[in-house]
Amino acid sequence: MFSVTVQSADFDVAAETKALTIANTQIGAVASFIGLVRGSEDSVRSMELEHYPGMTERALEAILAQAQTRWPLDAARIVHRFGRLEPGEQIVLVLTASRHREAALEACAFIMDYLKTQAPFWKKEDGPEGARWVDARESDESATDRWSD
Amino acid sequence: MDVLYFAWMRERIGRSSEQVDTTGMTTARDLVEYLKGQGRGYELAFEKMHAVRVAIDQEVATLDSPIGHAREIAFFPPVTGG
Repeated sequence: MFSVTVQSADFDVAAETKALTIANTQIGAVASFIGLVRGSEDSVRSMELEHYPGMTERALEAILAQAQTRWPLDAARIVHRFGRLEPGEQIVLVLTASRHREAALEACAFIMDYLKTQAPFWKKEDGPEGARWVDARESDESATDRWSD
Repeated sequence: MDVLYFAWMRERIGRSSEQVDTTGMTTARDLVEYLKGQGRGYELAFEKMHAVRVAIDQEVATLDSPIGHAREIAFFPPVTGG
């Protein structure tokens, strides 16, 4: 099972993990990444996540397809939220399942690196000095580059 | 053709989408040159071209990509999800 969902609602990591693995007892490893909103009263008080409906889902599906060509995955799932989020809230979930841990762990890192530079999401943070759009980071580009061979 | 804008480009232009007659235009760059002449907001949105990304029919493209048979073209800044 390979699937992506873009939603404003929160997600339940335990329920998502169970749904991913329940039908396949050959799975021996699940790796997960959970991204949270980092912030405080004097830094980020809330954020607004905008995305490009349609293209976002296609971009995430393309990333999962790429991961499948590189690692022997049995299942993978991406859930990414949009809309207004507050510090401590979950933003993104990546789950990868395989027979052994190496493929699951590497594919999970690969998917997050690609998601950061290829999925059409934009963050606007609200803090003590008002709202500002987050700048893209050079380090995210180089994190993606490490997978090219 | 449907033209879409996201994030600070959308804010500077003051709308999220519009219909543009692209007759006579060949590439995304031709469309940008036309849009830049549509007012101050557009000028500001396309001020730093190195920060402008393009998608044609929801696939990543470049400014030199042909737009001939496209239904939808989107302009947006570098992505910051995750």
